[in-house]
Amino acid sequence: MIILRRQVPLLITLITGLVFAAQYYVPHPASEQMLTSVTKWLQIIGGFALVLGVSSLFHVHAVKIRRKEAGWGYSFVLYVSMLGTIAVGLWSNGKEAVDGTMTAFGWIYNFMMVPLQGTMFAILAFFIASAAYRSFRARSREAAVLLIAAVIVMMGRVPLGEYLIPISGDLSQWILNVLNASVRRAILIGVSLGTVALSIKIIFGMERSYLGGGKE
Amino acid sequence: MKRETFNVKRDYARSACGAVLLLAAVLCWPVMPVYAQYADQTKKTLSPPQDVRAFDTPSDGGGSVTLVWSPAPYDSAATRYQILLREGTVSDPMAMTVVAEFPANQHYVREFKWPWWTKPAAGDQHQFTLRSGKGVELKNGTVYSITVAAVLSDDRGVAQPLTVTPQPNWMNWNQINNLFLALLFGSIVFYAIRTARKREIFLRRIPGLDAVDEAIGRATELGKPILYLTGAHDMSDPSTIAAAVILGRVAKRTAAYETDLLVPHRDPITMAVCQEITKQAYLEAGKPDLFKEDANFFITSDQFSYTAAVDGIMLRKKPAANFFMGAYFAEALLLTETGASTGAIQIAGTDSDHQLPFFVTTCDYTLIGEELYAASAYLSREPVQVGTLRGQDIGKALILGVLAAGTVLATLGVMLDAPWPQLFLDLFKDVK
Repeated sequence: MIILRRQVPLLITLITGLVFAAQYYVPHPASEQMLTSVTKWLQIIGGFALVLGVSSLFHVHAVKIRRKEAGWGYSFVLYVSMLGTIAVGLWSNGKEAVDGTMTAFGWIYNFMMVPLQGTMFAILAFFIASAAYRSFRARSREAAVLLIAAVIVMMGRVPLGEYLIPISGDLSQWILNVLNASVRRAILIGVSLGTVALSIKIIFGMERSYLGGGKE
Repeated sequence: MKRETFNVKRDYARSACGAVLLLAAVLCWPVMPVYAQYADQTKKTLSPPQDVRAFDTPSDGGGSVTLVWSPAPYDSAATRYQILLREGTVSDPMAMTVVAEFPANQHYVREFKWPWWTKPAAGDQHQFTLRSGKGVELKNGTVYSITVAAVLSDDRGVAQPLTVTPQPNWMNWNQINNLFLALLFGSIVFYAIRTARKREIFLRRIPGLDAVDEAIGRATELGKPILYLTGAHDMSDPSTIAAAVILGRVAKRTAAYETDLLVPHRDPITMAVCQEITKQAYLEAGKPDLFKEDANFFITSDQFSYTAAVDGIMLRKKPAANFFMGAYFAEALLLTETGASTGAIQIAGTDSDHQLPFFVTTCDYTLIGEELYAASAYLSREPVQVGTLRGQDIGKALILGVLAAGTVLATLGVMLDAPWPQLFLDLFKDVK
């Protein structure tokens, strides 16, 4: 049993890890075909996994409704809207429009989903303002540096700012292209090495906690 | 009388004209051959391109051939090169079709980004790589006749057609330096792991990870849950794997402290993996009875729907600690700012460099970039994990050294106008 739970998955990881690391260096169509096939497998597995996800969602909210936990009304709304959308989607054959006419499914997507997503995204502007206010209060040396750099960049990125302080444009470019870019690249180098090191650990079975932890 | 005088004058004029013409002819005599030569030159057809070579494009997936030929004295924007192609073996260029045309002062070997070990000729030679697409179809294994013609106005010089067969290749030699560097780094990591097994390796403090215990302790004191997010990507992304690994360590401590854990997911596969990890962590902590199957739960794959749901959980359940590990996009600030408004301790760890400023400004502790990958080693202190971390550090030192050497070499190359620094720069160019 332990072989099925540990050794077999580790063997599969080792073989597929090495094969697909090598695939990067093989331009032959057979290699590309193999990658395409495996990508399709992943999509199929993802489709099946969605059943797991949806059943988890139903289960969690069913428990909330049954126990009348705090905020169970939201769970009820979720159930109604999800089942309603599935029913309308099936009725519309999953199509948003037929012969240029919007279906009920398309209506739900365009007039309910899209505005709700837009609303969430729009809140970001206010959150940026509140986060900036808290961060730019110059309570420490680091915050002061952040504040000064941010003011220069902001002035340099808007026409009025560059008109008022002409040098802010060049300064802003210098901050972005020299200071910002170099730090960003340093972070990316660290991230790349971390990614490669983690991949090596996973391929060779040194990191196995993603299988459910344990050292046996 | 008048008529006689007129005739005499006319004879004089005729004689004078003849003398002038004769004088002009004598004076112009040395110049005449030059004009004749020039006229002859413009009428002569252009000499065909020399040293033409055609071969299957190396290190590719097939469907492509490459032509290389020597530069000619007539190379200029006014002169054009035409690439002629025909399926099968053809000796008459007139039977071939023009498939590409470009000014004669373009398409040199030096313009192609091939490293020095795969360059087919010297940098000053012409090179043209013909690929399938845009009305040209090159089938692998099929023989083609190909040649190049030089064209200036109505004149045309065509080289002798050559036969070539496009073939797919099994090795991309252009990326062999990448393989070399990957193997070198792999060896360094294995060496560092072996060293770590023999002696203890110092790890610098990472405040964000030291705060994990503090955050869990605070949640226990307040009797509130801990919220843990694994990011926007699925399990194929290393940052999600790192987030899942850290979840195992966090879950082990929440189990020990008997604190509730909430892990909402955007990807069902990640959810299934994290369920297993959490279950194992509770087993290892000796508290299997405390494990809840629905601690890990799926919400939705949609970015803002997920964000709205998690924000709702934060506002209703008021977790004492929020962990944001993995990859994030526009939702990062929406999540962390809501978390900050509830007064929770917030610890973030991401390799999404574009979201780092938002995490730094709104979270109490942020694991920047590689610290996310170092977290597992820091929390477990296992020799294998710590050794890998040391391997990464050696790799970084190597890259820093190469960066410094590369800067010096590139500067020397420009100052001395020498090609040899490029040999080293090419070798270290393709690190990804």
